[in-house]
Amino acid sequence: MLKFETWKVALIVGLCALGLAFAAPNLVDRSTAEGLPGFLPNKQINLGLDLRGGSHLLLEVEVAVVINERLEALVDSIRTELRKDRTRYTGLGKTATGVTVTINDADKAQASFDKIRALDTGFLTNLSDAGVVTMDMTEQALKERRVAAVEQSIEIVRRRIDETGVREPTIVRQGDDRILVQVPGLDDPERLKRLLGKTAKLTFHLVDEKTSIADALSGRVPPGSMLMPSQSDFDGLGQPRKYLLKKRVMVGGDTLIDASATLDSRTGEPVVSFRFDTVGAKRFADVTMKNVNKPFAILLDGKVLSAPVIREPILGGSGQISGGFSVAEANDLSLLLRAGALPAPLTILEERSVGPGLGADSIAAGKIAALIGLVGVIIFMALYYGRFGMYADIALILNMVIIAGLLSLMQATLTLPGIAGIVLTIGMAVDANVLIFERIREEYKAGRGVMGAVDAGYKRAFVTIIDANVTTLIAAILLFTFGSGPVQGFAVTLAIGIVSSMFTAIWVTRLVVATWLRRTRPSTLNL
Amino acid sequence: MPRFKLIPDNPNVPFLGLRKIFFAFSLALVVASIGIFSVKGMKYGIDFTGGIMIEVKTAEPGRIGIMRDQLKSLNLGAYELQEFGAADDILIRVQAIDSSEKAQQAAVSAVKQALGDGIEYRRTELVGPKVSDELFWNGLYAMVSAIMAILIYIWFRFEWQFGLGAVVALTHDVVTTIGVFSLIQHEFNLATVAAVLTIAGYSINDTVVVFDRVRENLRKYKTMPMAELLNRSANETLSRTVMTSVTTLLALMALYFLGGEIIRDFAFAMIWGVVIGTYSSVCVAVPLLLRLGVERRSADDDGQSSTIEQTSL
Repeated sequence: MLKFETWKVALIVGLCALGLAFAAPNLVDRSTAEGLPGFLPNKQINLGLDLRGGSHLLLEVEVAVVINERLEALVDSIRTELRKDRTRYTGLGKTATGVTVTINDADKAQASFDKIRALDTGFLTNLSDAGVVTMDMTEQALKERRVAAVEQSIEIVRRRIDETGVREPTIVRQGDDRILVQVPGLDDPERLKRLLGKTAKLTFHLVDEKTSIADALSGRVPPGSMLMPSQSDFDGLGQPRKYLLKKRVMVGGDTLIDASATLDSRTGEPVVSFRFDTVGAKRFADVTMKNVNKPFAILLDGKVLSAPVIREPILGGSGQISGGFSVAEANDLSLLLRAGALPAPLTILEERSVGPGLGADSIAAGKIAALIGLVGVIIFMALYYGRFGMYADIALILNMVIIAGLLSLMQATLTLPGIAGIVLTIGMAVDANVLIFERIREEYKAGRGVMGAVDAGYKRAFVTIIDANVTTLIAAILLFTFGSGPVQGFAVTLAIGIVSSMFTAIWVTRLVVATWLRRTRPSTLNL
Repeated sequence: MPRFKLIPDNPNVPFLGLRKIFFAFSLALVVASIGIFSVKGMKYGIDFTGGIMIEVKTAEPGRIGIMRDQLKSLNLGAYELQEFGAADDILIRVQAIDSSEKAQQAAVSAVKQALGDGIEYRRTELVGPKVSDELFWNGLYAMVSAIMAILIYIWFRFEWQFGLGAVVALTHDVVTTIGVFSLIQHEFNLATVAAVLTIAGYSINDTVVVFDRVRENLRKYKTMPMAELLNRSANETLSRTVMTSVTTLLALMALYFLGGEIIRDFAFAMIWGVVIGTYSSVCVAVPLLLRLGVERRSADDDGQSSTIEQTSL
């Protein structure tokens, strides 16, 4: 009991010193800590969003929309193909994961089938004797499309968030089609949600003037056209004005290279001015040249922003969009256009936003609770076990330091439930010492000498401590595995607390007690 | 140095003698818990039901009535407002609408618009139906698998009777905790599940300490009647059991009174759990061993003491 080999002493002292070193950066402010030379520990505890304030958003990419778009495009191509050949067909339409059409010209069936099959190789295509062609998207193609859509969405989300200028956002993929966005220290989560909630698909279309709006409204929309509502132009009944547009896209928003919010030089109205890349500029010039004095429409996410008339060919490759914007709206739109369109809409599945005020309050409350809890337990232990209690108190304080050091080292996130885990650890950490001290008391009362009682106390209590702590550790690990966000934060500190408390309560106190026994060689035990 | 004691030296509480009373009391608690739960149900938080929770701080206290009026015309469905710890701190809860994420998002915007400026939004939480479903099932898996894993561990370390006894005590703690939450209609959310799981860990921890002593005494007193041996074990560890509960409760009380509003339900669940867990280890788990019929096995002596030598530093 009294003899500690030098290496054991070195190990125990060394581990404590390491804990202290890694915890130390938390004593200074963040910028000072980051400025420390690289060979020193310079990481601070990573505070969760619930403590520092910020937004946590779990987004889902609506992959079905992308798939649907692909199916619709395929239906359009099949229609064009069959019409070109003057092949008679019926029942052209989408199924759940594919497209079907019936060829009525039996002699043309095989030729049409070959052409249709060549349109998109991502489908399993089949021709029945009755001339029914069925195309089903392959698993592989579905998966590729999903992965591509999610990857691209992450990239666009990142660009949009970067454009807003917030610091240290976390944007990661979760599961198959989800994106987790965590943005610390955000003042206005509503703006972020607005920005992420828009697909921002911008297209330029010519207006279909051959058919009147009234005809179109009564259901006679020509196949190559579509009826689209205005974004800002409403009639007396609050219904948006409708436009009939050609489906064909003149120029797409993907050809924009820059966009910025400005004020219109004549009207003073906020507008978004933009510039095309060379391809876009050329296409825009071509179309405007051929369609002078005809209106075209600027369509954003299925709504017409404005529909100006082309006064003269626009050759410079730049222009501006007006649409009754406020300054903020013009700013947001230009940001969205710069960052690019999402391949599919995003749905917010879960949001947890904490304002900076609450975060600061939570930290303050957590600190006070931890401190008072700590002081209470320290006083209680000292009163109850005397000298031994104070040794346990030293272990407890070291335990706190080591927990802080481990949290900083591992860069685990400290959340509000995490603070609760630490406070709980304070109460439970002394359990190992209580077990040991009670055992020593018992052994001493049973007639052993001081040395023998202390020795037996540590040895006999050890198995019990292991059994008891392993069960709590099991609970902590399961909490981490199945839990989400806040629960995981609790599990992390609880697990770290258990491991570190076993070290301090068993080995640290043992070293201290042994040192004391060796120095004073007491003949009686006041425990 | 003057010293005080929570437990007198050499306590001799007749835990085994009182076992019929304890069993009856625990059985009544469990039955009552199940009864209360099936009648009153649980006040689940938005983590499990889906919905919106917004905590705001108003410029001056006592605006809850005005805010209630402001939200009246919004067609939010089921919603409630309550003061959250202070008169200028108000919590708005809205039940899931239409079970669609988009409708919920619209409701958040509508609420923020209706309340207008001059309000600090301290917390906005929105859980869609998809996520709340997953959270619910994950919580359930966590609870069930934790209990199973603990059972297996105890079984592996002790005899099957100990494993069963521990799990009965543990289930007793979990069921009564649920009963209490149902009775006082405190919110049952993700944090509460974490609390319940920690209670499970703590309760088992307590039980294991007593069981450990039982195992030791089984080897020490080969001829002592089982009831007396169990009683002795419970009494020998009583001082530690009470002491650990007291230190843990000290820390939890600090959390309950000073840790802030958000953590209060969590701390409450833990406090209840420590109390019930301590009771069940000593008064339920140990007497159960008698009923389950623990056997003496001399083979247990093998290797036990040498493991101690090896593993301790």
